[in-house]
Amino acid sequence: MKAVLAILLALLFAAELSAQLTYDRLRQAGREPGSWLTYHGTYDAQRFSTLDEISRANVQQLRPVWIYQVQGRHHFESTPLVFDGVMYLTDPPSDVVALDIKTGRPVWAYRRTLPEDLRACCGDVNRGVAALGDQIFVATIDAHLVALDMRTGRVRWDIEVADYKTGHSLTAAPLAVKDKVIVGMAGAEYGVRGFLDAYDAATGKRAWRLWTVPGPGEPGHDTWSGDSWKRGGATTWVTGAFDPETNLTYWGTGNPGPDFIGDVREGDNLYSDSLIAVDVDTGALRWHFQFTPHDVNDIDATEIPILVDADFRGRPRKLLLFANRNGFFYIFDRVSGEYLHAKAFARQTWTKGLDAKGRPIPNPETVPSPKGALVYPDDDGITNWFSPSYSPQTKTFYQNVREKGGIYFRNEAVYQPGRMYLGASKRAVPDEEPWGALRAMDPLTGDVKWEFRVTTPPWCGLLSTAGGLVFSGTMEGMFFAVDAESGKPLWRFQTGGAIWSNPITYQAGGHQYLAIAAGNALLVFGLPAS
Amino acid sequence: MLTASWLLALQMTVAVEPTARPAVTAQEVARGKTLFEAQCAYCHGADGDGGRGANLARAALRRAPTDEALFRVVNRGIPGTGMPGNAMSARETWQVVAFVRSLGRVKREPLRGDVARGAQVYEAGGCAACHTIRGRGGPTGPDLTDIGARSSPAYLRRAIVDPQADVPTGFKQIRAMTRDGRRLIGVRVNEDTFSIQFRDAGGTLHSFFKEELAELAADDGRTAMPSFRERLEPAALDDLVAYLISLEGTR
Repeated sequence: MKAVLAILLALLFAAELSAQLTYDRLRQAGREPGSWLTYHGTYDAQRFSTLDEISRANVQQLRPVWIYQVQGRHHFESTPLVFDGVMYLTDPPSDVVALDIKTGRPVWAYRRTLPEDLRACCGDVNRGVAALGDQIFVATIDAHLVALDMRTGRVRWDIEVADYKTGHSLTAAPLAVKDKVIVGMAGAEYGVRGFLDAYDAATGKRAWRLWTVPGPGEPGHDTWSGDSWKRGGATTWVTGAFDPETNLTYWGTGNPGPDFIGDVREGDNLYSDSLIAVDVDTGALRWHFQFTPHDVNDIDATEIPILVDADFRGRPRKLLLFANRNGFFYIFDRVSGEYLHAKAFARQTWTKGLDAKGRPIPNPETVPSPKGALVYPDDDGITNWFSPSYSPQTKTFYQNVREKGGIYFRNEAVYQPGRMYLGASKRAVPDEEPWGALRAMDPLTGDVKWEFRVTTPPWCGLLSTAGGLVFSGTMEGMFFAVDAESGKPLWRFQTGGAIWSNPITYQAGGHQYLAIAAGNALLVFGLPAS
Repeated sequence: MLTASWLLALQMTVAVEPTARPAVTAQEVARGKTLFEAQCAYCHGADGDGGRGANLARAALRRAPTDEALFRVVNRGIPGTGMPGNAMSARETWQVVAFVRSLGRVKREPLRGDVARGAQVYEAGGCAACHTIRGRGGPTGPDLTDIGARSSPAYLRRAIVDPQADVPTGFKQIRAMTRDGRRLIGVRVNEDTFSIQFRDAGGTLHSFFKEELAELAADDGRTAMPSFRERLEPAALDDLVAYLISLEGTR
């Protein structure tokens, strides 16, 4: 009887342990390559996996293992998390499903009832969940943050981050750090004022808020004319990176509002289109760099900061690499915030070039005007929210790029709560056939080593692996792998739906798998033996 | 001020019903244009011809067969798509509806030709070998079921006598050679990074992964459509244009 009790207790203890995703595990996610623990896989956002069972030698044999169909009908942008035998993903816009990774069968589903009068620009999307302790966190399209019981999907707490009626929405995966959940927000097409929030994971109580548009008396407030700061945008709708050593979380911020009219908001408009380095304990802004001061072309800097330690110009440094939607690849010292280098990696016309400090020289010809102004890139950007990848194995930065221009016609922007606040409309460039490419770049210079061209500008993120592979996808539904050294295509699979997501890799039953959202399905691939 | 903004906020949360439609006047359409540019053109384009959002410059809208349906789409959005609801009053929404319905509508011009005789010209000229009208005809050329609702007589006249001048998008002519030396010409149906499908003049569909082809080139600005400049008398051309302009779709 005593023995039975001991076994029961041991089992209970094991169950308790398996339902715990500690901060230590998150911090050391790279040591647990069989799991995918955060949106970017690891806090440094490299999206590189040391798994090498699937390699150049056998990738040709990759085949689907199971497929899960979501109920959402809009772009399926979710990056799943995988650990302890379960996959957690968002079903757009704001539902969460937990799947058994062996069979693809649902363990639980959280289905959220949304208000009928939602006004969310640019799609009812969601890019994934965060996990910490025994909870899963989802940021919803109606601007709530919800904590779910990891085992059942039942709601632990549900708090309002902002009012959805004024155009605020949440689409990014939250970032769980220490005992907090960091949440970015969207809505810069509706004249909102941006912020970055952190909430106590246990209670949902707000720990701090950093306004990304400084209020009266705060440094940077004088970069906004009149009361334009109240509608200044600078939203935080793509999940940032984190460095436990600097204790800073690094986020890109979005466009100023209104998107296309600068004369109602004279000045640099801090901290729009910027990189911000924020103390995770206090929310204090430690340093910032503004990529595109006084932006009038809607080129949000909401891309992914990748943290890499490397020798730069003969000195070991903690670097931050940032391939910006504005067409430039930037390198910073992530401790001091010092700007080190930038280089154009795609066609752009919005600036005549950068000065020695990285500040752009404006090109007046690309300012939206009543007769139309042609600019490269268009407002979808050279890149966008989809993730780049850095491979320490090939020492290469991989980025999907979009080569596409737009013609912008200025109109009026009148602020009314919940209405679009833009100031221009767009026409396609006549007879232009936009295209795209997967570019491989030197991480210390931004020089393009090679590219793999694709027919249509992509919306797919990248994954590099120790198997010598880079995985990507096309708008025509092809999920494919190229050689990480040469860009040579090695494998492909037609998924049947456009790919607007980031691939991940993990292990189940001791074997490596890949997962990608495509169309309205989540597809998992493995080798025949597995 | 607080009260005013509170009232505005309250108004926004209420779904507006498509009642009491104001008369469609030039002024209402013009107001609709201004609203469209500010609230809709970001995705649908300044001319409503699409982009991130759907092309609205067409005779019939799949999601909005009636004006009431269009009103609801503008007001409430289309759940599960990128189309959000909009916080506009009923009157403003009707103004947008009036403007959207004016898009893609080509201004009527007095025509010289005769519709019935034009239908005979179409038949005798062999147009149906490549073009379809209400589901009947060949697959390689553009469908003409609603061509009259979306094209001007001047455009159609030019397309008939000088088809190379403006090849419609989506009908790119392709030249390919297989690895075993077979040469093929056709109209592109679909192409992506890895593969291409095209249809030859006989209507046969060809599909290749690109590594199966030794050569693949697009004949930019070329079309399989022959010029009818020498084949049609001026009167017959007038009749044919009148017939095509009479095709307004099934709406």
